[in-house]
Amino acid sequence: VFGAGGGTSSYEEVEHTDLIVLWGSNARETHPIFFHHVLKGIRNGAKLVVVDPRRTTSAEWADLWLGIDVGSDVALSNAMAREIIVSGLVNETFVKRATMRFKAYRDSVMDWTLERGEQATGIPAEVIREFAQAYAKADRAEICWTLGITEHHNAVDNVLSLINLGLLSGHVGRYGSGLNPLRGQNNVQGGGDMGAIPNKLPGFQDIENDPEACARYEEVCGVAVIPRYGKNLTQMFDAMEHGDLSALYVIGENPASSEADVGRARKLLGNLDTLIVQDLFMTKTATMADVLLPASNAALESDGTVTNSERRVQRVRKVLEPPGNAKDDIWIIAQLAKRLGFDWGEVTPRAAWDELRLISPMHAGMTYERLEALGGIQWPCWDQDHEGTLFLHGRLWEEDKAKRGPKAPFSVTPFEPPVDELTDEFPLRLTTGRRLDSYNTGVQTGGYTSPLRRGETIDMSPEDADRLGVVDDEVVRVTSRRGSLDVPVRVDRGLRPGLVFMTLHFPDQVDTNILTIDATDPKSGTAEFKASAVRIEKISESVGA
Amino acid sequence: MDLVLPDALPSDDERAAVDAVLGPATSGWSGGERAIEFEGRVARGGDAHDRRHQLLPVLHALQARAGWISPGGLRYACERLTVPPAEAYGVATFYAMFSTEERPARVVHVCDDIACRVAGAVNLIGDLERELGPERENQILRSPCLGMCERAPAALMQTFGDDASDTAMGPVSMEVLDPFLHSRPLTMMTGAEPVDAAPQALGAREGLRLLRRVGVVDPSSLDDYRAHGGYEALRRAVELGQEGVIREMKDAKLLGRGGAAFPAGVKWEAVAKQSVRPHYFICNADESEPGTFKDRVLMEHDPFAVLESLTIAGYATGSEKGFIYIRGEYPNATSMLEGAIEKAYAHGFLGSDVMGEGFAFDVELRRGAGAYICGEETSLFNSIEGKRGEPRNKPPFPVERGVFGKPTGINNVETLVNVLEVLTLGGEAYARIGTPDSTGPRLFCLSGCVERPGAYEVEHGVTLRELLEMAGGVRDGKALKAILLGGAAGSFVTPDDLDLRLTFEDSKAAGVTLGSGVVMVFDEEVDLAHIVLRIAAFFRDESCGQCVPCRVGTVRQEEALTRVIAGRTNGSLSDELALIGEIGQVMRDASICGLGQLAANAVDSAIHRLKVFDGGAA
Repeated sequence: VFGAGGGTSSYEEVEHTDLIVLWGSNARETHPIFFHHVLKGIRNGAKLVVVDPRRTTSAEWADLWLGIDVGSDVALSNAMAREIIVSGLVNETFVKRATMRFKAYRDSVMDWTLERGEQATGIPAEVIREFAQAYAKADRAEICWTLGITEHHNAVDNVLSLINLGLLSGHVGRYGSGLNPLRGQNNVQGGGDMGAIPNKLPGFQDIENDPEACARYEEVCGVAVIPRYGKNLTQMFDAMEHGDLSALYVIGENPASSEADVGRARKLLGNLDTLIVQDLFMTKTATMADVLLPASNAALESDGTVTNSERRVQRVRKVLEPPGNAKDDIWIIAQLAKRLGFDWGEVTPRAAWDELRLISPMHAGMTYERLEALGGIQWPCWDQDHEGTLFLHGRLWEEDKAKRGPKAPFSVTPFEPPVDELTDEFPLRLTTGRRLDSYNTGVQTGGYTSPLRRGETIDMSPEDADRLGVVDDEVVRVTSRRGSLDVPVRVDRGLRPGLVFMTLHFPDQVDTNILTIDATDPKSGTAEFKASAVRIEKISESVGA
Repeated sequence: MDLVLPDALPSDDERAAVDAVLGPATSGWSGGERAIEFEGRVARGGDAHDRRHQLLPVLHALQARAGWISPGGLRYACERLTVPPAEAYGVATFYAMFSTEERPARVVHVCDDIACRVAGAVNLIGDLERELGPERENQILRSPCLGMCERAPAALMQTFGDDASDTAMGPVSMEVLDPFLHSRPLTMMTGAEPVDAAPQALGAREGLRLLRRVGVVDPSSLDDYRAHGGYEALRRAVELGQEGVIREMKDAKLLGRGGAAFPAGVKWEAVAKQSVRPHYFICNADESEPGTFKDRVLMEHDPFAVLESLTIAGYATGSEKGFIYIRGEYPNATSMLEGAIEKAYAHGFLGSDVMGEGFAFDVELRRGAGAYICGEETSLFNSIEGKRGEPRNKPPFPVERGVFGKPTGINNVETLVNVLEVLTLGGEAYARIGTPDSTGPRLFCLSGCVERPGAYEVEHGVTLRELLEMAGGVRDGKALKAILLGGAAGSFVTPDDLDLRLTFEDSKAAGVTLGSGVVMVFDEEVDLAHIVLRIAAFFRDESCGQCVPCRVGTVRQEEALTRVIAGRTNGSLSDELALIGEIGQVMRDASICGLGQLAANAVDSAIHRLKVFDGGAA
């Protein structure tokens, strides 16, 4: 919508806003550092609303928790939008000046009455109204989201529906008001910024529609840009299935454990002609590799930069030599280039960075010296006199039309419930997520002990446990339309009947992704990890607790 | 919550005790009955941050009910307040009066601190433990100063359960404590103590200002207080207006009596000027400096004066909420203040429209739970907020960000009671009392080997000798050996220093401090080396552990002194004394708060002024 993928606000703004919305985010466990900023905001008087099917530990801090049905986010935001519109709470000035396609959007949400919203989300109509009014009336408000929004088959619509709310209320482009995806790792933002996405050059410059950027790239690098989008991960697996893709180079990923419908993924990886894996650890994917390239640790064993969720580029410094034959990523890639006929010579992190500054205008002003002196710089930073940017899209509030630039479009966001339907055969909604002390497939965290860790479990409400006649730690069989596995029960009072929860932290113990559906969003390529339909069966009568 | 106590369940009594503080649980999400059909969709919270500050009152309720804070009770408290159990456990274990291990239904905290030690407390504790035997000696707990030094040795008796009560008494002996320990009926003193805690109140009463009503008014009667001039100062304050009150305060040059001697008027003005709302005003009644008991005398005998002056402070600084934070070991003063607050509300001297003058002021009494550090203002804020009483870094200063992060004024009891004099006399007239740089009257706490121990009121400028003479001099005509001035955080002086004028400026020039007004007298028979060791042990025990210089330094200081006293020095005696000096310097330079910065003061003065160890290891 706005042209660049990044949170619009800085962390400090969360500390000084009036309303914080965590939508599909259990930040207390999954973004604990960011949650410190949320806590400061609460301490400074901000109200917190958490939208999450589960009553998570983040929700325990909320002034208002909305336990929606999994995958009904668009329904909730559409119903909120109608409420904001009919209550006369639209920020008319902002909508008129800085947005477009409002009429089409308004028409699309007008049949989303509160009652229909209640039906689709499970949230009482008056609570939807209360939330909508609180958001629209707040002087400053931040919406923050994570995978609860994006791990759906309609992920992009989910995100757009939240952006719609921001545009409607003018909660973007001002200090303390913004729209913020929280990134899962210290440098997910940086990966995208550097062009590690199939449709952008570094600095979010479009490969197909930005000839100027392509020309700049060609001038600096001396090679032509093929003006065609590449494949995202989901498309790659489809291409493998169709035999169009036979070699894969995997850097720091573990698709053999992390992909939805992982059985299919492993089969396709196994059929490749060549699989090259570059990683710190012997992951499941690494065990399948034809060539394994031992990499070094980005935090301690290499120099460079990382970019966090508030777009702040920061220096990272090497303090340890990598063990054995492990090599810096830059070195490995340069050697690979050399074998392929491009001798770049000795590439230093700094030289690579300075080259990036020539290609990506939004990084142009960030020299290593300035990054060090200023304690990191938030992009965009156009030149060496520019201090970086605290929050994005301030231009939308400019009086001067020329300075205001292109208008931000509303998007019509139709509601589509999760693909994996609940039936009598599969009556329970399984959603997945993370816990505080473990990370994704456990590659990076499995080596550390934690007093909180209990291994993989299927979490269910006390009511469901009673109904099934199972108790804590009892192993049950969980079956989806794709597969079946055995896993111990953990009774969690934060769940309501019909809703069950698993993580994917312990793939060696329990392969959660055997159950999940690989229905993906065609626009983002993200699979619907958050919504599967399952049934749970008691295995034996002998209760082992 | 991050950590759970899955097997621990509260007893019905514990549940009721918590509910008595917080009201019944309204939601399955916070300890009540689970009603998932309604609550599976929507929860209204804010509980965690709105009610967190109730954690200490809840822990007090659990402790009083069960005699300890059981895992089940703690779990229920956590559910009600949505505080993670690990954090609540951290709070419970911070305060000495809370126990996370089971205790007998009756316990006696016997003070073995300096004044009580001089009065034979250590022998008393030994006798009691022998009498009770190994099975029951856990009924006897050693306590730091209980603030009843004029009646040493003192004790705090606690009963838990249905007839939970706290009673502070002194002097105690085997005969006094025996019936209590054996659960026999006992006529115990409750409410106010005899007035001899302020010997001047028994005499001619001439010139008394701060103590003018002590022993004269009925401390439980608002009418009696008013008949003795009560609430006239508040009336005067309203006539002057907020700025007028602050002007009088600055004219009066009233310096804080808690030890830091900060100009009260300047502090009030700084709070009043803050644009952030709300403002808070706190009466620091956490009088825990060993040897100090003057605030207790004021609170027990003239509680309305504390309330009136706090109300004036609230009015002048634009604060609508006041707290009185009183140390947990003061049951009598607590009950007097509770009664006074209730009556003040009933008669419109507190509440939404004070005296019909159109301003609001609420006062809440908060009990500490046995932590010396909570007298430090920022620790006190954390304690009110339901946290471990660890000090905060300054800046930001309390006038900008104090309790709950809002502008906060804070004065101790004696400073506040002086405000009544300031408004009654007028700031300029008040400033003529005492010396130009140390205005007004001053309370001193005389204890130890003195003929008539108690709280004495004098004007700034009298000498230590004159003060000692007022109290009848050294007991039994013995020779004076040393005086501890200013408390454990103060320093020792010698008989050569008796002509010291008791003012801020004279004490500063002499390199000593008046601190909280402690004047503890030691005669020739007192074993000063062990007194010094007790002071070192006190600081080791009371260090909150947050910052390294103090946490480690107080331990090392005590260890070195122990070696010196036992004659087992590492290297020579002068090596050890040099080490003690270095440890003290590190604590002074690098500690976050006054506790660590002053923890070597008394030790240092004992070594260099008293030359306690000059005869070689004692």
